[in-house]
Amino acid sequence: MTKLFLTTALAACMALPAVTAVAATPAPGEKLAAQQSYNYWLLDAIKTLDPQKNTDREGSDVINQLFEGLTGQDAKGAIIPGAAESWTVSDDKKVYTFKLRDAKWSNGDPVTANDFVFAWRRLADPATASEYAWFAELANIANAPEIVAGTKSPEELGIRAVDDHTVEVTLSAPTPYFLKMLTNSSLFPVPQKVVEAEGDSWTQPGKLVGNGAFKLDSHDLGVQLTLSKNDNYWDAANTILTDLKFTTVNDVNAALTRFQAGELDYSEIPAGQYPRLEKEYPDAATVSPKACTYAYILNLSDKGPEALKDKRVRQALALGMQRDIVVNNILQGGQKPAWTWTHWAMDGFVEPENPYAAMTQEERTAKARELLAEAGYGPDKPLELSLQYNTSEDHKKIAVAAQQFYKQLGVNITLNNVEWKVHTDKMQNQDFDVARYAWCADYNEPSTFLDYFRSTGKNEGRFANAEYDAALDHSKTAENPAEDYRKAEAILAEEVPAVFVYQYASVAMRNPAIKGVPLENPMNDWYAKDLYRVEQ
Amino acid sequence: MFGFILRRLAVAIPTLLLLIVISFVLMHSAPGGPFTQERALPPQVLANLDAKYGLDQPLAVQMWTYIVGILTRFDFGPSFVYPDLSVNDIIAQGFPVTLTYGAIGFSLSVLFGVILGIIAAIRHNSWVDTLAVGVSIGAQVLPNFVIAPILVLVFTLWLRWLPGGGWGGWPYWVMPIIALTLSHMASIARLTRSSMLEVLGSNHIRTARAKGLSESAVILRHALKPAMLPVISYLGPLFVTMITGSVVVDMYFSTGGIGRSFVDSALSRDYAVMMGITILVGALTIFFNLLVDVLYAWIDPKIRY
Repeated sequence: MTKLFLTTALAACMALPAVTAVAATPAPGEKLAAQQSYNYWLLDAIKTLDPQKNTDREGSDVINQLFEGLTGQDAKGAIIPGAAESWTVSDDKKVYTFKLRDAKWSNGDPVTANDFVFAWRRLADPATASEYAWFAELANIANAPEIVAGTKSPEELGIRAVDDHTVEVTLSAPTPYFLKMLTNSSLFPVPQKVVEAEGDSWTQPGKLVGNGAFKLDSHDLGVQLTLSKNDNYWDAANTILTDLKFTTVNDVNAALTRFQAGELDYSEIPAGQYPRLEKEYPDAATVSPKACTYAYILNLSDKGPEALKDKRVRQALALGMQRDIVVNNILQGGQKPAWTWTHWAMDGFVEPENPYAAMTQEERTAKARELLAEAGYGPDKPLELSLQYNTSEDHKKIAVAAQQFYKQLGVNITLNNVEWKVHTDKMQNQDFDVARYAWCADYNEPSTFLDYFRSTGKNEGRFANAEYDAALDHSKTAENPAEDYRKAEAILAEEVPAVFVYQYASVAMRNPAIKGVPLENPMNDWYAKDLYRVEQ
Repeated sequence: MFGFILRRLAVAIPTLLLLIVISFVLMHSAPGGPFTQERALPPQVLANLDAKYGLDQPLAVQMWTYIVGILTRFDFGPSFVYPDLSVNDIIAQGFPVTLTYGAIGFSLSVLFGVILGIIAAIRHNSWVDTLAVGVSIGAQVLPNFVIAPILVLVFTLWLRWLPGGGWGGWPYWVMPIIALTLSHMASIARLTRSSMLEVLGSNHIRTARAKGLSESAVILRHALKPAMLPVISYLGPLFVTMITGSVVVDMYFSTGGIGRSFVDSALSRDYAVMMGITILVGALTIFFNLLVDVLYAWIDPKIRY
């Protein structure tokens, strides 16, 4: 743990230059490299560069360089002005007015309020069929649900251009995290003229026009993308990197080898290899928080096993999960044991006291046996459950370990390994006992996790608790929502709709010559305009 | 001969149609769909997607639209997973890649495989034979997912001679070709060797030797052609397999080839891409099997259609 702390602290120091300012700012004494390039690793082919159609992390990593939303993030993930230079909020917290800065698209056209209006309507429009249309609903933009459902026209969306430089957004309800949601690519502007002229293929090199600090030069599907500095970007004078390359390497181990060969400036560290790499490359092996939580969801629906309807059984399962072994012996990469659903690094999250977290594992195991016995399970009547997980070496390791942990409580776990789509399909049809799951934050605030377990949330295990829903409803308008979040987490700890296993960390090899990497931002968003390469 | 080719081509059409129908039905009966995700999409969003891609239509209607699209516009539809691209785009980007490394790899494995097999057969039971057999068994049991990382370790990390992956000029081709070629070369060598041994023991070779022909004339003029028959029937499907790529090669070297897209599209239920590549592989297989049959008749005068 100390080691982890030191690494994080070190990382924090490294990230300092970018904290104080928006753009890349070399520290005194740092000598910039002649070649200002950054070669970033991608696991997969980029599915789309269309901001409104993108749904994944790696797509965002590229789109964040090509486009800019109304707001941006500093090195710690705090909201800073982006395409909007300032904004005001109405007293009822439902109307946001953004003042756009003088900025240009990469083809030289001015960025206007209408580009945002066009993009947002496009997101909600059923004709676009965006998988992220729900994000407009989540942001509570007025009329979004009706437009997605096709009962209102996209023109009725709660966004309008007051003039070329003013965007006014109307929400259906106060949404405390609204400004944070604007850093998601689905709410980025797109150039109406280009999109309408080129159709679905407007994102191809040569056609794509963006308002970000970089522009697209080439895109070989599943091989690489190259970007170069956009001289029309409003802050181009303070952008130091000139060339970005995103290289797809489908195998994590191959990516690591290529990092070591100097072909990549960033690659992920495969599970279990962090301790070794940290010794060999102390300057390059990094650990930083990543806003995802890994859990075993318990099926509480009518289709679920009878045993799981007993709270004591669920509590016993939560206690019997030996998180320290998972984190320290299996993953070994700075992950943290999860006692809450919300990731520890979320902005505005205060972890509630959990008596179980303070116990030793022996005490927890003893308590778990006690609870199971009370619920009527024991050596003569062992509890039988199946644990479903999708194909992956890491999921398998954890599942096999879990099987052993629960065996110690006299619970027999059958492992059920299925292909990804089958896993998802079964979960969404409540066809499982216990199933592996992970949730990642959409924006840097606890509600992005907690909304999952609302009775109306995604909530594959069909947990329903009126008190929980009420706490979250209250949080939306509360002066200090942290208290509501603490209460909600306390309910989850007591009711155990899922066994929380661990909270993610981003464990990566990073070339120490690249400075300004925002390691403290749990959203893992990074903006190449804030980075620079120093002479080594 | 012409009649034979025409007949075979006529059979190819219903075969392909059958392939389309079976693949289409099998694919749609697998659980989940292209838009099944870890975080379930709200029903309205899903409905919009289904409507856009025609997934809300009955299966028979979808299949009909699909086949009509191919026949009238040579349009294999839009990808469900890559919204900016059509299936034609994806194949147009990925097929030239696998065609390049596959065709070169094929030529090399045939060339070296046949030479190795012949040498082993001629020097039957000598140390040369033992060595050739040993090498080919070695190459065959070493799967490409073991060879690929070793190649990258040696040529990229230690020697720094070759890029560890990606696609571009010839330096990018070397490792994928080696990884793809070795085991196929070994199979061809072993097949050639055993077939050659059989031919060398036959009557017409004994006659040729009795006439006093030189050993090279016996091998090249009289033994090679009949010995190649079983090899050629193996090469037709092998060529198709190789030019449509290997998932291991594509994944490990990130070549962007369609070998990877094929497996990925099945896993992500990208129906259109999967159908497109299935049809491509199917059509190529039918064509090259036909080519093999024609070659047969040319090589072996006993075979007439």
